[in-house]
Amino acid sequence: MSDHQMAIEMTGVSKWFGAFQVLKQIDLSVKRGERIVICGPSGSGKSTLIRCINRLEEHQQGRIIVNGIELNNDLKRIDEVRAEVGMVFQSFNLFPHLTILENCTLAPVWVRKLPKAQAHEQAMNYLERVQIADQAHKFPGQLSGGQQQRVAIARALCMSPQIMLFDEPTSSLDPEMIKEVLDVMIGLARDGMTMLCVTHEMGFARTVADRVIFMDAGQIVEENAPEAFFNTPQHPRTREFLSQILSH
Amino acid sequence: MQKQAFWNDPRYRAWFFQVLAILLVGGFFATIAVNTIDNLRALNVASGFGFLQHTAGFGISQTLIEYSEASTYGRAFLVALLNTLLVAGIGIVFATVLGFLVGIARLSSNWLVAKLATVYIEIFRNIPLLLQILFWYTAVLSNLPAPRDSMQFGGMLLNKRGLYAPAPTGEPGFEYVMLAFAVALLGIIILRRLSERKRMNTGIGLPVLFPGLGLVFGVPLLVFWLAGSPLHFEVPELRGFNFVGGLRASPELLALVFALSIYTASFIAEIVRSGIQAVNWGQSEAALALGLRRPEVLRLVVVPQALRVIIPPLTSQFLNLTKNSSLAAALAYPELASVFAGTVLNQTGQAIEVLAITMAVYLSLSLLTSMAMNFYNSRIALVER
Amino acid sequence: MSFVRKSYLPETAAPLLSVGVLGWLKANMFSSVGNSLLSLLGGYILWITVPPLIQWALLDAVWQGSGREACLVENAGACWAFVAAKFGQFMYGRYTFEERWRVDLVFLVGALTVGLLMIGRMPGRRYLAVFGLLIYPVLAFFMLTGGAFGLVAVETSLWGGLLLTFVVASVGIVVSLPLGILLALGRRSQMPVMRMLSVIYIEAWRGVPLITVLFMASVMLPLFLPAGTNFDKLLRVLIGVALFSSAYMAEVVRGGLQAIPRGQYEAASALGLGYWKTNLLIIMPQALRLVIPGIVNTFIGLFKDTTLVMIVGLFDFLGSVQVNFSDANWATPQTAASGYAFAALVFWIICFGMSRYSMRLESRLNEGTRRA
Repeated sequence: MSDHQMAIEMTGVSKWFGAFQVLKQIDLSVKRGERIVICGPSGSGKSTLIRCINRLEEHQQGRIIVNGIELNNDLKRIDEVRAEVGMVFQSFNLFPHLTILENCTLAPVWVRKLPKAQAHEQAMNYLERVQIADQAHKFPGQLSGGQQQRVAIARALCMSPQIMLFDEPTSSLDPEMIKEVLDVMIGLARDGMTMLCVTHEMGFARTVADRVIFMDAGQIVEENAPEAFFNTPQHPRTREFLSQILSH
Repeated sequence: MQKQAFWNDPRYRAWFFQVLAILLVGGFFATIAVNTIDNLRALNVASGFGFLQHTAGFGISQTLIEYSEASTYGRAFLVALLNTLLVAGIGIVFATVLGFLVGIARLSSNWLVAKLATVYIEIFRNIPLLLQILFWYTAVLSNLPAPRDSMQFGGMLLNKRGLYAPAPTGEPGFEYVMLAFAVALLGIIILRRLSERKRMNTGIGLPVLFPGLGLVFGVPLLVFWLAGSPLHFEVPELRGFNFVGGLRASPELLALVFALSIYTASFIAEIVRSGIQAVNWGQSEAALALGLRRPEVLRLVVVPQALRVIIPPLTSQFLNLTKNSSLAAALAYPELASVFAGTVLNQTGQAIEVLAITMAVYLSLSLLTSMAMNFYNSRIALVER
Repeated sequence: MSFVRKSYLPETAAPLLSVGVLGWLKANMFSSVGNSLLSLLGGYILWITVPPLIQWALLDAVWQGSGREACLVENAGACWAFVAAKFGQFMYGRYTFEERWRVDLVFLVGALTVGLLMIGRMPGRRYLAVFGLLIYPVLAFFMLTGGAFGLVAVETSLWGGLLLTFVVASVGIVVSLPLGILLALGRRSQMPVMRMLSVIYIEAWRGVPLITVLFMASVMLPLFLPAGTNFDKLLRVLIGVALFSSAYMAEVVRGGLQAIPRGQYEAASALGLGYWKTNLLIIMPQALRLVIPGIVNTFIGLFKDTTLVMIVGLFDFLGSVQVNFSDANWATPQTAASGYAFAALVFWIICFGMSRYSMRLESRLNEGTRRA
């Protein structure tokens, strides 16, 4: 088996939407257990980048290897990768016609072929971990935004993924609910989960990240450890971006 | 405080207006009734529903049950009603299948297929149904060959006089085959239950598809063979200029079913398309990100949500199709509007009774469907705060 | 582990197979084996329908002639000569030939009014609307029927063709709009009797097919009135159509009323406006604007439904076309198909045009409500 130290390896990855190049020659390596925060102005390609990792977007050039499996048009490999990579979306995307519990047991039952009782137990464990077990029999429409996002995290965790991707998980939340979700994510990070987070929450980055990556115009402009990144940004564009973000 | 003039008090005003409305409406109907009775008496037209017992004295070309010229008007009504339900039933099935196919095609990522579906929808939605029916009947079906030159395919015959197929008639012993079929269906239901239970306990269900098919086909066939093949097909035979025997679908029925299906399918396609589009793309993404495969994503996440949006307007279209079957009056296909509200009305002159019965039938169908729809809606509504 | 980019990378061209014509073809039609098969199937369908159609309708068609001999030639396609010869009847029915200019005038004025109303920023829209809904119908009535102001009378039994189709559809819509508004208000009324009467009316008309309504109108209406009143056939049909259509219109208006937030009613009563003033000045203008697309759709449906009057003996556009099939002078195998094809084309152009307009209206109306 190829190198399993690397959770994700992206080399020379480029992607075009029609004639517009949205990712330019991305080189990125993520070690197992690393926590990475990706930030940048809108349109910089950061969401597209992480969506290429679980093949929600297809890259046209370069290689992406996740957990030793290369991503190409082979459907079986794509399914394997998706089972190992969990994703949390900006708009939660909980299934409104299923209860919270059913949301969390759906994939384990149908993909990992778990017996229902076992899936049940596992789901309740994760729901407790995100502190929402008492709502297990409610429907998503009955929960607040912060509660729904915590359920979304639990739902992804129920597949026991090795890597978790977060696509602006708090951008749709009212300010008072952001903390409850960030706390769950910090807990996950402390437990050693490999995480890639696209977010604007710089406090979270300082607390938890091993590396902060700044993207602009489809390429990685600067990456560094959080202390160095926030205190001594090197590239003028990074400095400009940070001054805009951190000024309020 | 000044006492309010009582004609300004909203409650009295409400009562006043309502009583006024009742009086006006009642008076209106009373005047009409009086005029009608006078006019009918002057015209020597009978009243009441006794005419249903009288002999009809006319033939009907397509009947599902026994009928002859000596049958009563009441029987004619029954025949007409069954014909309406026949057209509506077949039409609904075809329209739904075609509509779903075209609706899904409209959303295909294949540009050509999506465009063809759009062209289909835009063409058949914007041409009046009556025109489509007449076109099928006149331009297409009258160009079919004469009976002796019939087109043949799959044991069926197609010619100017209609579509003929062998009529299955069961002989003694056939009941056992039907019974075996029913038992096989029951077996499938039990098999699915067992599979679900096993999946709950172990994560993997039982194979259901092939054993199920084996049951449904195998068991009745076995019984059939054991019972000595108690089935006899009455094949249509050419006698003189026409075919006799077997099952026959008249050209009128064919034209009506084609036109109704194609027309209604174009509306159903739009309903299906907007139903599927109503489901957020993010739902599919989340399901895919969890590792579910495409068929599972459709079955477990997209279709349940899409159906909620699709079913109410879909039943509306089914109702429209049923009501539109009355256009058979233009073709002399003997259903409710053409036979009952047509021939019977003309012969008895009892317009009020005949039309009242006809409209009552359609109205009942509409109300029944509405009630079923409301019940379904309240059961599956998404639970929200 | 730290990295700083020296200079930004330029954009490079996308791979050849993902842009341009080739790229588009690959993505949209041949992206997988299944897709390619579908594209071939689609191509095949086009191949067996379009060329024969063009052959029949254009290449082999007979464009000129005065009788059936013209269309009986070998391999004749569509018999457009038939359509050309009967065009007058298709448009006007049997309306007196010398008086047809009156129909043209009425149509022109109507089209102009509607056209002007469709322009977004037209000044004086309110006057146009009042003219269109109140004054124009009266003028049109006198112009078409005549018998006054020195105009020759033309009996309604002579009206036919596209003229009749437009008359039935337009009268149906214009009458059903106020009726529908009243019914919608009645259905939402607090008074139980009004509500019940409205619901019964609406559900009754919506539950029966238009054919039975037309039968009822043509056969039963004369019975309802005192003996001896002569009841014009067209008038009977118009009444039936208007009553039928008002039930559907009521539901369309009700949809608009339901979209008006409670706050509007509360603000109006806080200002001291009574029931009728509230509805007339505040609620209806908003609700009606919301449902204009729905009203246009109802009109399209009504326009298609006018073909049914053929079954009760009025000769609308479709009826005129069909009745001419039995003209012995034009009896050819292609006559019926050509006539129906022409009718289908005319209906399609009108209905498709109206539905496109309705969609544009809807997106234009939504512009105002979407937040920037």
